[in-house]
Amino acid sequence: MKKSVFFGSVTAVALAASGALAAEGDTLKEVKARDALNCGVNTGLIGFAAPDANGNWSGFDVSYCKALAAAVLGDATKVKYVPVTGQTRFTALSSGEVDVLARNSTWTFQRDTDLKLDFIGINYYDGQGFMVRKDLGVSSAKELNGATICIQTGTTTELNLADYFKANNMEYQPVNIDSNAEGEQQYMAGACDAYTTDASGLAATRASFADPENHIILPEIISKEPLGPAVRHGDNNWGDIARWTLYALIAAEEYGVTSANIDELAKSSNNPEVQRLLGTTDELGKMIGLDAEWARRAIKASGNYGEIFAATIGEQTPIGLARGLNAQWTQGGLMYAMPFR
Amino acid sequence: MVTYTGAVDPPFRLSMLIYDRRYRSLTLQAIVFILVMLAASWIIDNTLKNLADLGKTLSFDFLFRRAGYDIPQQLIPYNSDDTHLRAAVVGLLNTLLVSVLGCIAATVLGVVAGVLRLSSNWLIARLMTVYVEVFRNIPLLLWILVCLALFTEIMPPPNAYRGENPAAGMILFDMVAPTNRYTAIPSIGMTNPPGTLALGREGISWAFIAFAVVIAAALAGRRLLRSWARRVQDQTGKRPTTWWISLAMFALPVLLLTWYFGLHLIPPVLRGFNFADGINLDNALVVLWLALTLYTGAFIAEIVRAGILAVSRGQSEAAFALGLRPRRTMSLVILPQALRVIVPPLISQYLNLTKNSSLAIAVGYMDLRGTLGGTTLNQTGREMEAMVLMMAVYLALSLIISAGMNIFNVRVRLKER
Ligand SMILES: N[C@@H](CCC(=O)N[C@@H](CS)C(=O)NCC(=O)O)C(=O)O
Repeated sequence: MKKSVFFGSVTAVALAASGALAAEGDTLKEVKARDALNCGVNTGLIGFAAPDANGNWSGFDVSYCKALAAAVLGDATKVKYVPVTGQTRFTALSSGEVDVLARNSTWTFQRDTDLKLDFIGINYYDGQGFMVRKDLGVSSAKELNGATICIQTGTTTELNLADYFKANNMEYQPVNIDSNAEGEQQYMAGACDAYTTDASGLAATRASFADPENHIILPEIISKEPLGPAVRHGDNNWGDIARWTLYALIAAEEYGVTSANIDELAKSSNNPEVQRLLGTTDELGKMIGLDAEWARRAIKASGNYGEIFAATIGEQTPIGLARGLNAQWTQGGLMYAMPFR
Repeated sequence: MVTYTGAVDPPFRLSMLIYDRRYRSLTLQAIVFILVMLAASWIIDNTLKNLADLGKTLSFDFLFRRAGYDIPQQLIPYNSDDTHLRAAVVGLLNTLLVSVLGCIAATVLGVVAGVLRLSSNWLIARLMTVYVEVFRNIPLLLWILVCLALFTEIMPPPNAYRGENPAAGMILFDMVAPTNRYTAIPSIGMTNPPGTLALGREGISWAFIAFAVVIAAALAGRRLLRSWARRVQDQTGKRPTTWWISLAMFALPVLLLTWYFGLHLIPPVLRGFNFADGINLDNALVVLWLALTLYTGAFIAEIVRAGILAVSRGQSEAAFALGLRPRRTMSLVILPQALRVIVPPLISQYLNLTKNSSLAIAVGYMDLRGTLGGTTLNQTGREMEAMVLMMAVYLALSLIISAGMNIFNVRVRLKER
């Protein structure tokens, strides 16, 4: 349902008016005082962020929240997951309801500048695709002229879709939905011919169907969707912590540091970069207001980037995404952590 | 001779502001006014300051930027290259559309249900009671969701109409196809179209204008006819039969124009993914309209019933005694008096319906709340501005509706002489 953005905005306005605003504050101090990290995640997208029957969240984005909580608070379980929709997420972030947003959000110019967000890096390079039923007999997005298409409001998806159909001189009828769950329901009921969102999201959605083999994802990728965690403008130290936690996960994969061998490497590795990363030499952690072992804890939480990918959305999972662009730069991908020095 | 000099007011002293009854109420009012103003300015100042801290300034520039998104239902031409302002207007028109449709249907339903609830037929009266109680006592949002679920789950997808042996068949002489996306109804075509009057990007067909003129003329003619009939009645005591003349005044020119323009219905046909040629009434609109109508209709039924009951029985008995037939008794005696009781609460029902239409959010109907307060707000991040604008528009709408209804109320009010 779509009322959440309304309440979100009212909250934002009310918060703006009340003067109790986290924006000016020191997020690190607040998180420590609260002893919990508020992490904005999906309302439920299997593989990225979804709660199980016991209310335990897991997924690709969730693993990042856990790593950050481990780095900052020393405990990967000290996360409060705040499910936000496409429409409520940025309001939730800028009003201080969440400390970090890890929710399949695309880094765009306008969000980075006008919306006053700071994307701290990219954890998944994606693009927008279309999913249709096999029996619709469509094999290319170019054949979708006149189709009814389900889109999530408040996303880059709806803007790309408008551009794509216009550029190809095609028409479509949009059906606005508010969450992936609603989209799935409408698509399954045949209220729309195609469902469009980030290709990774489509794969995850399809994996949750009872009959995934009856649905295909069309070959066209119509946009660039670099997805990454975001924080508020203005608190640079918090931004640094969030950014380097992500880099720590990516660098760990590059240097072969895994959750299994990390303790051993911390003692025995003689690669100076690994030594700095794991806090054996130098105290990089101090420079961002944390202790020496922050990165060690972050990596231990759910493993390095590659481990997280494989466990949540990789080829061995029902979602079955290949590394592709998201492989390490040494493997021909785009994942590239800045030097720990 | 006695001269009366009158009492001389004692000179004003400051303490009189508190102790003198004449001034005390003024003092209190002034204090309250100042406090309210202080509170308001504190809130506004604080808001602006905190927005500035967030790095946001209050600015309405975004209204003139490219919107970039599409809207499912548009009453005026709109595409993603238009501005956010135009998107907001499209949304506003959608709000108005569902509100007007809702007010009309709810009034009809409410009057019928209200009158029938007083019917001497036990079954009908009870049925109406059930309707009123059921709809009045369950929140509107639930009704909207129930209607939506019915439409998306029960209606067939357009695809079901395809093929040799379709799973679903069109209804009403193969003219209407209900689907889980929209209800496809026929559109009106012309074999001899007269062209359109261009108005900016919009255009109005001359045929439409011709019909409007003809109907307006017929309405004026009917007025003249009635006053003529009244004059004859006053002079001779007999009212001439006029119904067939006024019927002819409407029917003949309309039929003539229909024949001249070659008006006909174009049935919707399934082409590609969806029905084409006809008009696709979006389920979001239909569901919202239906739910608003049923819900508000229940309240209006109660208002109408109360209004009729407020006219004392003696009135209708007297009218019968004078030999007025039941229908005339209703239209000449009861209704004019009942309206005085009905109209004021009816105004607030219309206001409620208009404001409730913002629940469109639940069905994805793109009203003002969906465009300006939804996608635009979200894509531009201008929460404050969008909220302020929306509040201003709803306030203005409500004031206009009450002003209009108040004028009507003054006309039907008891004229005291
Ligand atoms: N990347 C796009 C779209 C993000 C988005 O809404 N993705 C969907 C599908 S991948 C999602 O996360 N839905 C889950 C939910 O509704 O909570 C954006 O940032 O605007």
